[in-house]
Amino acid sequence: MSVSVVIARQFDRATVIAFACVIVLLLIGAMVEPAFLSPKYLIQQLHTASFLGVVASGVMLVILLGHIDLSIPWTICVGGMMATGATGFLGPEWGITLAVPFGVLCGALIGLVNGLGVAYLRAPAMIFTLGMNAVAQGLMVYHTGGFAPQDRATEFMRELAVGHLIPGIPNPLLIWIILGAAIIFMLNRSVLGRRIYAVGNQERSVFLSGVDTRKVILACFVFSGACAAMTGVLLAGWANRSYQAMGDPYLLPTIAAIVLGGTNVLGGRGKYVGTIAGVILITILQSMLSVVQPQRYFAQLGVDIPADTFRQVVFGVVIIGMLLIYGRQQLVR
Amino acid sequence: MNVGAEPADLVSRQKHFAWVRRLSAAQRGILIAMLIFTAMFIVYGWKQAAGLTPNMINTAANKGALLALVAMAQTLPVITRGLDLSVGATFVLSNCLASTIVVGGPVATTFGIFGVLLVGLACGAINGVIIVYGRLQPLIATLATSAVYFGVALAIRPQPGGSVNFELADFMTRSSFAIPHSVLLLLAVVVFIWIPYRRSVLGRATFAIGSSEQAAYMSGIPINRAKLLAYALSGLLSAIGGILLTALTYSGAAKMSIANEYTLNSIGAVVIGGTSLFGGVGSAVGSIFGAFVMRTVGDLLIVFDINPVLQPLFVGVVLLVAVSLGSLRVLRIKNRLDIYR
Repeated sequence: MSVSVVIARQFDRATVIAFACVIVLLLIGAMVEPAFLSPKYLIQQLHTASFLGVVASGVMLVILLGHIDLSIPWTICVGGMMATGATGFLGPEWGITLAVPFGVLCGALIGLVNGLGVAYLRAPAMIFTLGMNAVAQGLMVYHTGGFAPQDRATEFMRELAVGHLIPGIPNPLLIWIILGAAIIFMLNRSVLGRRIYAVGNQERSVFLSGVDTRKVILACFVFSGACAAMTGVLLAGWANRSYQAMGDPYLLPTIAAIVLGGTNVLGGRGKYVGTIAGVILITILQSMLSVVQPQRYFAQLGVDIPADTFRQVVFGVVIIGMLLIYGRQQLVR
Repeated sequence: MNVGAEPADLVSRQKHFAWVRRLSAAQRGILIAMLIFTAMFIVYGWKQAAGLTPNMINTAANKGALLALVAMAQTLPVITRGLDLSVGATFVLSNCLASTIVVGGPVATTFGIFGVLLVGLACGAINGVIIVYGRLQPLIATLATSAVYFGVALAIRPQPGGSVNFELADFMTRSSFAIPHSVLLLLAVVVFIWIPYRRSVLGRATFAIGSSEQAAYMSGIPINRAKLLAYALSGLLSAIGGILLTALTYSGAAKMSIANEYTLNSIGAVVIGGTSLFGGVGSAVGSIFGAFVMRTVGDLLIVFDINPVLQPLFVGVVLLVAVSLGSLRVLRIKNRLDIYR
């Protein structure tokens, strides 16, 4: 099998459509504002996209299994708040050194509970993770309500979010590239990857083939929690502090990016390249809305509509519209 | 396990609980939710220093009725083996709309109420059309529409505010002869919406669809119309909840946190009320008691002097425990293969 075939296989119809939409959006943007095609703007967009990309990486694996992780908003928050507040748990010295691993570990723990519930108790993932989201929220509200925790990002977290280890490539983008490369390899070339696709297609058959499918599910949920927490760490470094509900704007874009990238919501089908396309598409869309500012045109007409309205409505409509094009289910009969 | 000792024990238990066995799974769910609620409410009234005054019961009923309406709305899609994550957003949208158009004289108010109910019905119908004819996953479709509905709510009411017809609001939230009007509203919804729906062809069809969509199709059941009606009615019930919220607060507010809270709690209430998340079994009446259980959890935290910031934590834990209890069937399954889909 030649290399070009391998690469071509990564691009299914949805991925091509998503990438085409990105290019069309950029061209439309460039007609209004030529700066849209400048390398600086594009790198800046990729920088913003990488926050979404990291959390989407984990959730995508869960969706490939045919489950879903709705606990990401507060898992992101847990990651950020535990990393900045690590000094309160580990002491002033270790708390700064181990801030990032501690935050990610806390996220992984939430993923572990999710995984145990879904894989071993066989609870429906969407309900169980929704409940876990509330539990994480409760814990974080209690954490900030009980005593005033440290919410400043450490120097290292700041560097991780805004620095450039390689000139020209922001660190979050580098993290996303490494993570993405590892996931592409894992999904296509490793036993675990094949098992993930197989479980998403027909868990029963995989069980009969002698695989403990519960461990596969558990691993994916833990990974999803860790990725969400990593995004939280990066966001905390980016904003230089952590705050409650910092993950709330990420649930819909994350799931949107994954399903726009052609991953089947019922599991078993989807390419990571598609998720990359979806993440970039969502990020550019968000950027366009903040540049074009449709609320201004309405304000001229005398109608005062908040900017958030357009973001919500456009998001919802785009997700449904794109899914109607290529995400429809087969008629089961 | 000592297998030999079991039969005698089992026979006596069967005699005692024979009447429980005759109940359907949904009726048993209602019974359990009712018992949990009664127990919790007795503890609540007993721990309360002032005792159970009619005023207190009225307040508790109003809060519970809000969630009960949204939980009933959630029940219908869940019975079809779907899910509606947009009930909270429809609820908030109706609240914002009601705080704008349910004002003025009796005629304007009546038109306003019909307007809000129609918009709620339309929201639900849009969900239904997307899910049935667009063939999208209910979870993703309603997540996306909830963003749209919330965006519209935000456009109607960028800042919290507005007003509502005072007489109507007062009438909806006070009690007569110690019976809160909100409870009567719930009763009216059950008698005039739920029971006719449950007994209609399309209503029964949703139970068949939830049990097995393929078998329902092969039996010539109108799948599409039944699903569409379930989602549309869900929107209507959320809108009734939105109007009640407006009557309680005299204003409208487009807050994402309210929408999320009600969506989450509605799922918890549905589960506690004995409706199966795997579809085919359930009752909106159970969800009412489930909703009152969820609300009483919050009230119990207050009388037991537990830090109120812990409330989301408790709600989450209650939901996890309720879902996990439903998963206990895993322990009873003899053939491990049946665990897997």
